[in-house]
Amino acid sequence: MRYGVVIALLSVLPGLAWAAEVTDSAGRRASLPDRVERVMAAGANAAVVLYVVAPEKMIGWPSAPRPAEREFLRQRERDLPEFGRLTGRGDTANVEVVLSARPDLVFDFGSVTPTYVSLADRVAEQTGFPYLLLDGRLDRTAASIRLLGKAMGAVDRSEAIARYVEEAEQLIDARLADLPGAKRRRVYLARQANGLETGLAGSINTEILERAGGINVAERTSGRGNIANVSIEQVIAWAPDTIVTWDANFFAQVFSDPVWASVPAVRDHRVFLAPRLPFGWIDAPPSINRTIGLRWIAGLLYPERFPEDIRNVARDFYRLFYQVDVTAEQLDRILAGAQPGHR
Amino acid sequence: MTARPVVLILLVVALCVALLLALASGPFPLAVSDVVHALLQDGAPSPGEIVLLRVRLPRVAAAALVGVALAGAGTAYQTLFRNPLVSPDILGVSTGAGLGAVLGILLALPVAGIQALAFLAGLATVVLVYLIAAALRRHERTLVLVLSGVVIGALAGACISLVKILADPYDQLPAITFWLLGSLAGVKIGDLALVAPLVLAGLVPLVLLRWRIGVLALGDDEARSLGIDVARLRAVVILAATLMTATVVAVSGVIGWVGLMIPHIARMMVGPSFGRLLPAAMLLGASFMLLVDLLARSLARVETPLGILTAVLGAPFFLWLLARDRGSWA
Repeated sequence: MRYGVVIALLSVLPGLAWAAEVTDSAGRRASLPDRVERVMAAGANAAVVLYVVAPEKMIGWPSAPRPAEREFLRQRERDLPEFGRLTGRGDTANVEVVLSARPDLVFDFGSVTPTYVSLADRVAEQTGFPYLLLDGRLDRTAASIRLLGKAMGAVDRSEAIARYVEEAEQLIDARLADLPGAKRRRVYLARQANGLETGLAGSINTEILERAGGINVAERTSGRGNIANVSIEQVIAWAPDTIVTWDANFFAQVFSDPVWASVPAVRDHRVFLAPRLPFGWIDAPPSINRTIGLRWIAGLLYPERFPEDIRNVARDFYRLFYQVDVTAEQLDRILAGAQPGHR
Repeated sequence: MTARPVVLILLVVALCVALLLALASGPFPLAVSDVVHALLQDGAPSPGEIVLLRVRLPRVAAAALVGVALAGAGTAYQTLFRNPLVSPDILGVSTGAGLGAVLGILLALPVAGIQALAFLAGLATVVLVYLIAAALRRHERTLVLVLSGVVIGALAGACISLVKILADPYDQLPAITFWLLGSLAGVKIGDLALVAPLVLAGLVPLVLLRWRIGVLALGDDEARSLGIDVARLRAVVILAATLMTATVVAVSGVIGWVGLMIPHIARMMVGPSFGRLLPAAMLLGASFMLLVDLLARSLARVETPLGILTAVLGAPFFLWLLARDRGSWA
């Protein structure tokens, strides 16, 4: 009888035991329960990673998917509740709500600057959750995904995703290796309805453009900061031959605007609308959703080097990453304005 | 109270210099032939011509209009409220317009929609403030007006903060921040066609009523004894100043300091008489905004927000003027 109780207790204990010690991208250490079943993403970047790597462990979204995005997400996850952000700065999550959801692990995916490290420490200290900070820079992505897969016990899937990310980058590098500097496309990223907000070269918002072999015309002249406003006169002076935007308002009017008509990219109909469903292809959020964006931009800039139909690449990507089979009609909507010859 | 036409002439000259300077500078190199071509010939426009006529000219004109409107509205308010600390947004017009614009950005409206929402929200805020003040009859009139302006302005400010929390942090939040700091980077000819008539519609009543507004500065009783309908005059001035401010804020975003500082500087130059003060302040405001906008687009390849420049330039200069010229203002 007594033995029975002890055995019952012992059989429960492993579930409670704090087993693995994990070191995150910032060198912070966290002890994880040995079965991680309930995981929370601290911010929008992390949410994409979590959804892709281990959707079944997801317990909620930092911000719930919008109606247009829902059809591109799995049934279970699209209905998960919204928790808000819990990154330590500008948080919208209520710590008590998060606590009552009993996550086994909370993680953030993005910058690993001292500011974010100390913020992560504060959140971990306050809540007592194991809190991992993963490096979200493009060249560190695969390593971060593997680390996360190990921590969550989803090694096979994380390996498949990490390998896809690596292969996508290797393909770009291999095909662009002999691209002469003079042949490189000059790209401008247009944000907002007036198209005059842009991401400076080297910023996380334009990383994809540069990684795909483009030259971001908005070179950084000084200091920090990622987003800047520029004048239309400056855009004309830069004379980009390709414009990428994600603003449908800007895209709808740029070809009929006489001032923008003097920009080479507009004259040559090389303005492209970045897909945003269910996550942005080039940004918004700057997470592993950009893997397909990298391939898309490379194909726009150097079609002779990337002859594959982006529709097929995208279909495979959506199947592997988001676990949805997109129909031809859904692809049309995803890629509206994103391909040459759309006008 | 000697007439100082010389000062006004000097201000006109300064404005012309500022206009030419602003038109001649920018990141796109313009050749003389572009200018000649733009002025004399028909046919397909060259890129230089497009820059000059459709990019720089609207922007320069808008900067001048913004300066005229903000300085004019500030002068009118300071005289009306007999208070040197008053600026055009004292009745909440800028904050209201800011809320409208920020909502427009949140709803992902096209530019024209954002501008319209900003304009209407700016007007609506002041109308609301005026109605509240009118309902609270028992208190001193101007005090209640200013206080309700402060209260409604604070409410609108809180709503702006709420929208910031709701906004998409990657897309909308930077746009909101930039808008609230003011910029003329996106001004087009079409904007001017809307802005110029509305600013003029606010300006004309102020100019025509300048003598009565000047009398109002002496006190309500004095004005009444001269047969002026004080309540109606006050309503007209508020409406005119609000119309001008809401219009320019809708295209330029919120630009602080100009409406507070320029009237003071003008007062040091031409004295407190409203009839002379108004044109001086408007000329000075136009030149100042032209120079500030010139700096905004030439300090770096990317735009510096106007609100930052007006404060950084304006605040120390204003303090220096106060220290130098003590006593003769207010």
